[in-house]
Amino acid sequence: MKLITVSGPPSSGKTSVILKTIESLHVKKRSVAVAKFDCLSTDDDKRYAAAKIPVQKGLSGGLCPDHYFVSNIEEVCRWGDDGGFDLLITESAGLCNRCSPYFKEVLAVCVVDNLSGIGTPKKIGPLLKHADIVVITKGDIVSQAEREVFASRVGVVNPSALVLHINGLTGQGAFELASLILDNARPLPSVQEMHLRFPMPSALCSYCLGETRVGEAFQLGNVRKIVIKDKKEG
Amino acid sequence: MNTSLMHNSPIFRELQDSPLAVILKRYPFAAEHLESLGFSFDFSSVLTLEQELRCIDSLERDERGLCIEEVLKKTALFIEQMLNFLGLQRETRLETVSLYPGFDKNGNPEGFDVLTFRPSELISIVGPTGSGKSRLLADIEWMAQGDTPSGRRVMINDREPDRRFRFSAGEKLVAQLSQNMNFVMDLSVGEFLRIHAESRFVERQQQHVEAVVLKANELAGEPFSPEIAVTSLSGGQSRALMIADTAMLSGSPIVLIDEIENAGIDRRKALDLLLSKEKIVLMATHDPLLALTADRRLVIGNGGIREIIGTSSEERAILRRLEALDRSLQRLRGELRRGKRISRFEM
Repeated sequence: MKLITVSGPPSSGKTSVILKTIESLHVKKRSVAVAKFDCLSTDDDKRYAAAKIPVQKGLSGGLCPDHYFVSNIEEVCRWGDDGGFDLLITESAGLCNRCSPYFKEVLAVCVVDNLSGIGTPKKIGPLLKHADIVVITKGDIVSQAEREVFASRVGVVNPSALVLHINGLTGQGAFELASLILDNARPLPSVQEMHLRFPMPSALCSYCLGETRVGEAFQLGNVRKIVIKDKKEG
Repeated sequence: MNTSLMHNSPIFRELQDSPLAVILKRYPFAAEHLESLGFSFDFSSVLTLEQELRCIDSLERDERGLCIEEVLKKTALFIEQMLNFLGLQRETRLETVSLYPGFDKNGNPEGFDVLTFRPSELISIVGPTGSGKSRLLADIEWMAQGDTPSGRRVMINDREPDRRFRFSAGEKLVAQLSQNMNFVMDLSVGEFLRIHAESRFVERQQQHVEAVVLKANELAGEPFSPEIAVTSLSGGQSRALMIADTAMLSGSPIVLIDEIENAGIDRRKALDLLLSKEKIVLMATHDPLLALTADRRLVIGNGGIREIIGTSSEERAILRRLEALDRSLQRLRGELRRGKRISRFEM
């Protein structure tokens, strides 16, 4: 079985892109399953189920979604292996721009959209910087100039990624992504030996452990303080 | 994915051996990439990039995701791509785009040998919704090599196109003018155009900005200034701006248009502008005026190209009458806009 990870900010169109891409993979006679990771709630699993795509849903609840992801990937992969699928796609919660649930050995796709603004590629961080393929969506809504500026800024941040435009509604470009996935995703013997491309956020301050009171007296563990500048320094 | 060979590249070695100051002087655009990585540096640094990175506390490096090896590789790759892009802008000239036939939805071969398009040529595409127009446009955009559902192949200058045209952000061969013409940037027209010019590394940006605004105003019914916010442009004005911008600032030699709407712009002038910039224009339309303006039109049905029709002399005569009718309608529109009463109608 091959595994790929798809991530991206909320509402960037990850599910639509995956659904359209799977349509093309089905045309190419590949069996595909999806594991959707989310935080509090998601109906995306229903969209996959409606398209008759085998799906697992994982909700992280009070935990960091990416920590939850990495501590459950093994079980999910075992499910995929047992099901005998050709390809398993994981879809991230897409909550925190800091994280990148990418493994060194696994094809990583990041979905970003043109509507998020031209400053966004610089703000996203490892999620975008460490992706192998960057899919840009919602290009039909903005001008050619905005598409060009956005794509060139993605190129500045991550010059090694392949950049692809996909229309999640019509599916234009999804066939091409399906081809790229088949060409570049490698079969996975086991997830046990895999390494993350970028460390997850370090945690373990008192708030991680459920503290709700505000104030220095309650801040224990891994705590960092903001540097307040003098008025004169601006 | 393609960083494995980087160690042998001359740029990579240059990056390892030369002080950062020398690198940034030689490749000023690299600064933008390094800044995007969250790496702050001194432009006059006599240290190499690697030495600079090693000066940062290792904990902080981890925190900011600055893996030394990775930064070196990606920076070298970025410089290489930019040089490539800037070189291409100067050198590569597109002479022909050739489309080799594939199959329709039932697997029947398309009935033509090869279709060749040249710069400054206008081709219209007709056919009902769902007939396969989008697939054709996508095949050209993707530079299909028999690897799409249609099985078509696209050649550039009689050769198989370089794979980088498919993926590299700056080297797309195809620009697309969509029906939706909104702006989401909160900028003035002038700033908007300057950012676009910047992303294309155009020299003399101010001149470009002025030229685009001037052209856009020739297309739009009501003129606008570069100081106005793009979001406050009327439908016609934003369409005019987008067409002028694509014609003059976009590097892509092929323009795909999905129907130019009539509202508020001179469509004939818009097409002429694109064609005068040596673009190949492919336009999906059912408007008789636009469809007959093209030299050839492709008839699409059931996923395949059914027929290629050259505009006949009879059709050209009809076109001239349609143009007269269109001018009359334009005149009426202008008079209504100026608050006049309509007293005569001539064709």
